[in-house]
Amino acid sequence: MGYVAVKGGTKAIQASVDVYKKKKHISGMDISTEHVKANMNQLIDQVMSEASMYDRNLASHAIKQAEGNMEEAVFLLRAHRSTLPRLYYSTVTNTREMFVERRVSASFKDIPGGQILGASPDFTHRLLDDGITYGSVETEGGIPDEYNYKLDDLPKVIDYLESEGLFTKEAEDNTTPDDITKHSIEFPSSRSQRLQSLTRGQTGAVTSLGYVEIRGYGYSSHPNIGEVRVGQQPVHIDPAGDGDEYYIGDVELTEVEAFMPADDAETSGEGAHEKTFRIGYGLTFGQNETKAIAMSVLDYSLSNPVPSSPTADDEFVLLHIDSVESTGFISHLKLPHYVTFQSVLDRVRQTKGDRD
Amino acid sequence: MKQNYAFLDENSKKEIRRKTLKAIAIPGYQVPFASRELPIARGWGTGGLQLTLSLVGQSDTVKVIDQGSDESVNAVNIRKLIQDTTDVKDTIHTDEATLIQSRHRIPEVPLRPYQILVLQVPLPEPLRPVEPSERITKMLHADREYSGAWLRLFEQIMKYGSITDDADYPVLVNGRYVMAPSPIPRFDNPKMENNDGLILLGAGREKKIYAVPPYTKVTSLAFDDYPFEVESFDDITCRESGLTGVYMDELVDEETGETYYVANDTSFMLEEMNKEGSVR
Repeated sequence: MGYVAVKGGTKAIQASVDVYKKKKHISGMDISTEHVKANMNQLIDQVMSEASMYDRNLASHAIKQAEGNMEEAVFLLRAHRSTLPRLYYSTVTNTREMFVERRVSASFKDIPGGQILGASPDFTHRLLDDGITYGSVETEGGIPDEYNYKLDDLPKVIDYLESEGLFTKEAEDNTTPDDITKHSIEFPSSRSQRLQSLTRGQTGAVTSLGYVEIRGYGYSSHPNIGEVRVGQQPVHIDPAGDGDEYYIGDVELTEVEAFMPADDAETSGEGAHEKTFRIGYGLTFGQNETKAIAMSVLDYSLSNPVPSSPTADDEFVLLHIDSVESTGFISHLKLPHYVTFQSVLDRVRQTKGDRD
Repeated sequence: MKQNYAFLDENSKKEIRRKTLKAIAIPGYQVPFASRELPIARGWGTGGLQLTLSLVGQSDTVKVIDQGSDESVNAVNIRKLIQDTTDVKDTIHTDEATLIQSRHRIPEVPLRPYQILVLQVPLPEPLRPVEPSERITKMLHADREYSGAWLRLFEQIMKYGSITDDADYPVLVNGRYVMAPSPIPRFDNPKMENNDGLILLGAGREKKIYAVPPYTKVTSLAFDDYPFEVESFDDITCRESGLTGVYMDELVDEETGETYYVANDTSFMLEEMNKEGSVR
């Protein structure tokens, strides 16, 4: 007679958990959370960005516990986030006050304050390096002696376009943004819902959809990166709401302003068209440059929809880029579905007229 | 790390309870809520679990079911999380539970007036198979424009000669909202009609809560000439317990290759087998 699992599931499941936990330590080597924190900065940045939780210590802890699995690490932090009371929103923060560590413009060769290359893998050859074959690296650089700009007050590239009349700045909107973690997103979405959803998005998903938009299913052309800047952004809160702000620390951010040539709405439809620039905006926790650029592309595509393009559809983009949601739903397919499958069998047999 | 009672912070639980009250007030209507991430994955019952965690009090007795079994992976996982964070009593006996969280089954034992059944919902939108856009399905519900749902069934009859919707078969609640009853088998749909307990449905990933309050009219969509049909287990007897007239799992005997059936609601089956003068 066949085996029918009526009892015993609990024991089997506990045994599986034990094997999983034991397997992690099978080599006898163990790295500390401090090692992760010291050596895995880029991974930490990606995890914090997707988790929408800025805490390098907890992110390192999550990465170690997840055996370096991105989706698991993000999942751990998101779940932890649900246990924390949300006390304050930061006051309006201005990225012109960012302490810039890296900043490049792809649009202009010479920009006020100069190109600041900072730390990036962009200029390396991707050769597997064991540290012996190619020798070790001596670091040089730093800020030149004669530098007339303050790194926490650098002009923005976009200022030049504005001064030339090539870009019309939208009125500043300092209303409290919608928070999709407190009110689920509703459609049509607001820009703040879109930006929040995009910045929490899975790095790979945001990048892929951004790629879709510029390769051929939307804007289908290059944006020009006006500026990518990475640096430390001071954050303040105003607990009493009386304008008395308190500094609570810096967060590392990547900010992107992408220039997209577009028809000027003012002139469209009557006689000769004028062209202008619009911007797509990307902002992420940590140094996540590819994601921030893709985010800027999608911010543009959702605000300036090309009809029938999938990346112009806010539901299509925003409901499918969250790591915890997509990986959770895909992985749930592993759960038992005996009951529903029995129901499917019943219907399939009925259509075959096979009911005996 | 130190955990809150029932995992979530109190403000989150309060918000979920408020949305639950709204759901009860508008039977079958999907109330959006700011779904929280939990230590179990999206798609693994986070909607149901948020309902349970926001409702569970120290005097509650909890039962958790996955696919009819208290011992299946999802049930074990969820029960452990509830217990680890609340220390409440648990049971496998439907009658003893005040709060029952279930994935894809309504127990064979009818609900009592003091009981809440929480169903885990993967896809709360019954119109999704005919309309992918959320903003449009919201309008269709507002307009009570359900031709898509009816046409879908009609097309199945045209194509296959019968309605082929299997589990998660759409129902009309209180004559107003078409609702996805979560992937319970059609066999369980009639149990929702005019039942004594409160049924809450939670979709975590899709961020919706909805409800069937006690004594609500719940009808499965069907046509006069093509009536609603449940899965047929007419001539089938449970090989373990001799039970009939319950939802069955279909199994294959490894030695003889013969198909046989066992009652799916395992706690009910055990209760029946332990009764004096039971069939076996």
